Amino acid sequence: MDLYEYQGRDLFERHGLPVLAGGVATTPEEARAIAERLGGRVVVKAQVKVGGRGKAGGVKLAEGAEETVARATDILGMDIKGHTVHKVMITVTADVAEEYYFSYLLDRANRTFLCIASVAGGMDIEQVAAETPEKVVKAPIDAVTGVDEAKAREIVEAAGFPAEVADQVVEVAVGLWRAFVAEDATLVEVNPLAKTADGKLLLLDAKVSLDENAGFRHPDHEALVDQAAVDPLEQAAKEKDLNYVKLDGEVGIIGNGAGLVMSTLDVVAYAGERHGNVKPANFLDIGGGASAAVMANGLEIVLSDPSVKSVFVNVFGGITACDAVANGIVQALDLLEQRGERVTKPLVVRLDGNNAEAGRAILDGANNPLIERVDTMDGAAERAAELAAAGV
Amino acid sequence: MAIWLTKDSKVIVQGMTGSEGSKHTRRMLAAGTNVVGGVNPRKAGTTVDFDGTELPVFASVADAMKDTGADVTVIFVPPQFTKGAVIEAVDAEIPLAVVITEGVPVHDTAAFWAYNVAKGERTRIIGPNCPGIASPGASNAGIIPADITGTGRIGLVSKSGTLTYQMMYELRDIGFSTCVGIGGDPIIGTTHIDALAAFEADPDTDAIVMIGEIGGDAEERAAEFIKANVTKPVVGYIAGFTAPPGKTMGHAGAIISGSAGTADAKKEALEAVGVKVGKTPTETAKLMREIMSAS
Repeated sequence: MDLYEYQGRDLFERHGLPVLAGGVATTPEEARAIAERLGGRVVVKAQVKVGGRGKAGGVKLAEGAEETVARATDILGMDIKGHTVHKVMITVTADVAEEYYFSYLLDRANRTFLCIASVAGGMDIEQVAAETPEKVVKAPIDAVTGVDEAKAREIVEAAGFPAEVADQVVEVAVGLWRAFVAEDATLVEVNPLAKTADGKLLLLDAKVSLDENAGFRHPDHEALVDQAAVDPLEQAAKEKDLNYVKLDGEVGIIGNGAGLVMSTLDVVAYAGERHGNVKPANFLDIGGGASAAVMANGLEIVLSDPSVKSVFVNVFGGITACDAVANGIVQALDLLEQRGERVTKPLVVRLDGNNAEAGRAILDGANNPLIERVDTMDGAAERAAELAAAGV
Repeated sequence: MAIWLTKDSKVIVQGMTGSEGSKHTRRMLAAGTNVVGGVNPRKAGTTVDFDGTELPVFASVADAMKDTGADVTVIFVPPQFTKGAVIEAVDAEIPLAVVITEGVPVHDTAAFWAYNVAKGERTRIIGPNCPGIASPGASNAGIIPADITGTGRIGLVSKSGTLTYQMMYELRDIGFSTCVGIGGDPIIGTTHIDALAAFEADPDTDAIVMIGEIGGDAEERAAEFIKANVTKPVVGYIAGFTAPPGKTMGHAGAIISGSAGTADAKKEALEAVGVKVGKTPTETAKLMREIMSAS
């Protein structure tokens, strides 16, 4: 889960790291209250999870409450690269003398964590690394021993931080690592890490990603989810413990296993190239035990997407028995009918693996004109795409 | 022969008394796996009956190894306890630990991996979030269905469980030496490269199917490894060509970050070193079939 800047700033503050005083506002009136509390000159920053907001006019200075209200009014509702601004962060300003870069992140390739540090901050670090690689230090971090003062000092020296800020950077490096571990983050990025004119270090931006698998030890992380930005179908699926991602095509997809469902999306997209360019409408993995209830929930979510014209149910019975899946599909359609939902969209079903013959017989025996059974994954994708194209 | 798991492997189950653990212990036994016991400190000294097979429960992995000579552990404990279970297995220096559990925090996986490295990597860790390893006709450690295919001379390594099953099914008439599901998490113990190296060295494997998916650059690194080290034919499949960037597709590791981790980049890297990459699982199986019928 990626956090907004203000959430990252709050997280840093909670962990005792030096950030600017500030607050977040969803209305100009809230912005006024924050400006009055802070006093003097402030900066108003659009909160969007996309880069380049400064250039887009999403970051403005303001003097006093009235100007803050005016700038907040300008920025709230603004569209930045397709993201509507619903919140602004307001902080006091800082007199910045130098800008550095500091981050910790997951290093998948080396199965550990990585620290990236540079005295050339304030710009895109990948660009800095490409143009002046000598200015960027990448230090692997041992997940067991982590970053203590000695390790931090090693990084600070390697990156060539000026002597007058070295102690402060060491302190930030250790504190940021503690926050990274304590919050189960997969990324904490500070760009810029600024030195002010009076020689103080400040974390002026915050890019933080948290590991959703660690949610069980962070009940507070749930509150960081921006409910307004979550697709309503994805929200409904989540409430039913379904792994669903909304896409923008016409063929609804239900399958078991993340890899098989991803593969199903691809196969449907290829078939779509021959049928009016229809595309998959969603990713939905119903997982191992595909009971009738799970299938009904899945079908309900997929069918409630108005852009869906046909549905492809693609199941390989590993542990799941296909006869149970078939019963699930038949009962799910009955269940939906009982819930008062008229199902009119065709279902193409492919069953293979554990008890596939029995499963196919159940589907055939159900005599439901909406259910069409196809023996192969590629053939079923073709048929689902064809039906979707015909239904558009 | 096969890689890592053979008919002589003695398997214990951490979490055998839990619902998933007991269900799959029963399945592993039915598949002919030599399961010799389980671990649960609170139930040490008791036994569990699996359709007539009495399996002892031990207090620790070390105790179980001492008593039974176990050399493989399959871990089914919930995510909160997985790190502790793996560290216990590493401390006991068991040669193979298969971590089935899904939803393990990546800091925990990074920690137990670093711990294993610090201890000299005496334990091969497969997973987490994986279906396990099966050497058809010999042994089965994990949740891969045992009745899809028989023994043969194809090696299979895959990030995905159900795609593993699908590929085993497509090529069931030819059969497999070993099928390894390495898991879909961002950090995993055993990689494509480890499996490729083992299959290359295995006299009973003639050709290899490698299944990857979006996220990270494991497939690109595997391509480099193949170029330098693998002489046996390799056929590849990548899932997620149509996945949008920035969205996690089921597996915690299956995410395109910016322009990194795309299926296209992986396909190109593999094809550049002579690996044939199928467009669909069925086409991939066909490519392998051609190789096996030519040899």
